[in-house]
Parts: sequence; C-alpha cells; structure tokens
Amino acid sequence: MSERVVLHYFNGRGKMEAVRWLLAAAGVQFEEVFLTKREEYEKLLNDGALMFQQVPLVEIDGMQLVQSKAILNYIAGKYSLYGKDLKERAMIDMYSEGVSDLMDLVIMYPLTPPENKQKYLSNIEQKAKDRFLPVFEKGLGNSQFLVGNQLSHADVHLLEVTLMLQELLPTILSRFPKIQAFQEKMKALPTISKFLQPGSARKPPPHEAYVKTVKEVLSHLFK
Amino acid sequence: MSDKVVLHYFNGRGKMESIRWLLAAAGVQFEEVFLTKREQYEKLLSDGALMFQQVPLVEIDGMQLVQSKAILNYIAGKYNLYGKDLKERAMIDMYSEGASDLMDLIMMYPFKPAEHKQTHLSTIEQKAKDRFLPVFEKGLADSHFLVGNQLSRADVHLLEVTLMLQELLPTILSTFPKIQAFQEKMKALPTISKFLQPGSARKPGQSLVKSMFLQR
Repeated sequence: MSERVVLHYFNGRGKMEAVRWLLAAAGVQFEEVFLTKREEYEKLLNDGALMFQQVPLVEIDGMQLVQSKAILNYIAGKYSLYGKDLKERAMIDMYSEGVSDLMDLVIMYPLTPPENKQKYLSNIEQKAKDRFLPVFEKGLGNSQFLVGNQLSHADVHLLEVTLMLQELLPTILSRFPKIQAFQEKMKALPTISKFLQPGSARKPPPHEAYVKTVKEVLSHLFK
Repeated sequence: MSDKVVLHYFNGRGKMESIRWLLAAAGVQFEEVFLTKREQYEKLLSDGALMFQQVPLVEIDGMQLVQSKAILNYIAGKYNLYGKDLKERAMIDMYSEGASDLMDLIMMYPFKPAEHKQTHLSTIEQKAKDRFLPVFEKGLADSHFLVGNQLSRADVHLLEVTLMLQELLPTILSTFPKIQAFQEKMKALPTISKFLQPGSARKPGQSLVKSMFLQR
C-alpha cells in the first residue's frame, strides 16, 4: 500500500486549494497529477476512481477519496486539527462551514460573465463585511486561534479565505484588527510560512488559462 | 443547562429535514420552534443566536449550533452513527456528501419557475440514474448498510433522499433492487418506523417555498 498522498485536479485552486492548505499546514508531503486534457478525466472515470464522477480526488492511506468535505474531514481528523472532543469539533465545523460559504462566493468570481463582475464583487464585499468577518473577529477575541487555544482546520481555512479576499479587495480587513493580527501569527508558523513561499504547491489566483482548461476538461458541464 | 434539543426553522423540510431524520433515527427526542413571522427571525438575530444570520439553528448540549453540516456531524458523532474509525468516517462522509448533492438538486425543484420544472425534473432523473444511484447500489452489494456493517448517518441520508426521489419520480428505483431492499430493511428499524408514521416530526414535501423568503 503506497504511503504517498496524491492529488488529482486541475493546475489551479478551485475545490482542491483548501485541501492543499490543510495538508501543508499539517506538514504532510504530497504529489499532484494535473488534469489538462479531457482524456485524462475520462481515464479516471473509466478506472472507477471517481465515486461521483467528480474531482477533487485524493489518494491517501489506500483510499481514493472524493468530495472535498470528506477529504478535509479525514485530513483534519488524522493530523489532530479537529479539536479535542465533539463539542470543539462542532465549533470548528461551524466556523469552517461559514468560511466555506464565503469561499464559494469568491471561487465563482472568475467564472461570472464580465458584465456581472462588478455587481458580484460588491456582493462579496457586503457579505464579507456584514455576515462573515465580524464573526471571526469576535471568535478571535482572546486567543490566537478560533477554537480551543490550538491550531485547527478552522484557522487554516480562515487564513486561506482572508488572503483570497485581499486579492480581490485589498483593504477588506481594515476594520478587523484581530483578523489582521491572526494572519500575521499564522503566517509565521513554520509549515504555513513554507507554503507561502514561491515554489510551494500553493496555486495562484485563477487566470484565463485555468478557466479555459476547466471548461474543456469538464466540457459536459459547459454546453 | 437544559437537556432539551430544540430545532428552530420553518414548518417544512428545507435544510432541517436531514437533521430531523438523523435525530429520529438515533431515537433522540426534540422540540421544534417554527418561524412564521419575520419578527421571530429578527429576534433570533438580535439575540445573537445565529452565528451567520441563518437558520437552521439547533440548541443541543448547551450550544447554539448552526450550519447544517456542523449540526449533522455533531449528532452523528454523539450517537454513534459515524463509523468506528477515521477511515469509516471518510467512507460515510463520501456517501453522505453524494446524497447531499442529490438532495440539493431535488430541493431546487419547487423553486423553479413553471416553464423550467420539466427540464429540471429530467436533470434530476438523469443524474440520479447515472451518477448517484449506481454508487449506492454497488455500496449495498454485500450488506444491509453502506459502511462497516452497521447503521450510520449515510444510511439515514440515503433512505431520506430515495424517498424524496420517489415522491417526484415514483418508478426511479425500478432498476436498483438492492436499494429497494435496503429501503424495506431501514423502514423496519423501530426508530425509523416510528418517524415514518403520521404525527411524527417528519414534514411533508412542497411545504416550504413561500415561508423561506422570510430570510431574504
């Protein structure tokens, strides 16, 4: 049984980036196989590797895991990033699901038609400032971490989404000093600092070539 | 600290129904507070009960849980419906997320304008038959349950979604004999049988559309 962790996805962020972040934060080495042609996707399908015909796919500990939440839950559980008991896990899940909702909004931005982009961006800004960021600002009240005074999946997720937000809206954290301080402390953690350096597995913001590849490989979704 | 489990939602299925199913399957008693007026939703907001300004909200074990996946994960963990180890949990999560994707498709149906309903129904049918049901049929090849030879949340979600499917497409399971047999065995389990009887907390289909717009 191979000990390697192998990620199968496009050469871009999408639904796999949160998985890359969590593995990196946990200090876990992994390899990546990038989908560039439809034939590669079809081979994965024919091999029966994709339970619901979808990527992300992560090969880990003898399993072929799909469904990003299943993958993230497994990694968090295995590498002690899921709190110390069920109640801490519930808090971590609440924060993570909130981050995930915000991330879904940000991920859709490059796929919106040009004429809708400005309005969509305003919607992201308003939801971030009204619904999401105040919750994390409050959650970081007295601690460096969101739950249980130790690093969890929720913290890694929060760092990821706030960095993504700043790429689109550079001053978005101006009224959220605790989140700013949180970012600085997180970035200083060794595994995370390494992931933020050039040459790591971290992917750049979506660009034309990425969107084009996704649309070609998953052509059945974009008819 | 109250031991009561209290659900806050509309008087309908929506995002709370899976939670009702799971609590019922686990044999857990719960109460419900139904949102019928905007003022009630605004009170929950100003009380700070809704972390992200959204329902479902479940009060349980001194916590005010929101985000349906967080709620379901907690109930599954607490009542031993989440497998015996991390790997079983991963399998359960994969099946559950798949069931959830299918459920999301079905839940969109009543919100579609009349002229799009037939197309959407065809999409549900095609995705169910091509993408989802074959996976569960295969997963049940050797067992009454999807994972680890014991009841898990994945089984409860699968029963829920296949019953929902049959409400829209009555013959959808005709080529899936293992899922049919699975349904019969699940329905015979005491807690689930009880939930399927009239007068239980189970909500009828199609009841939700207008009341959900309270939140917007």
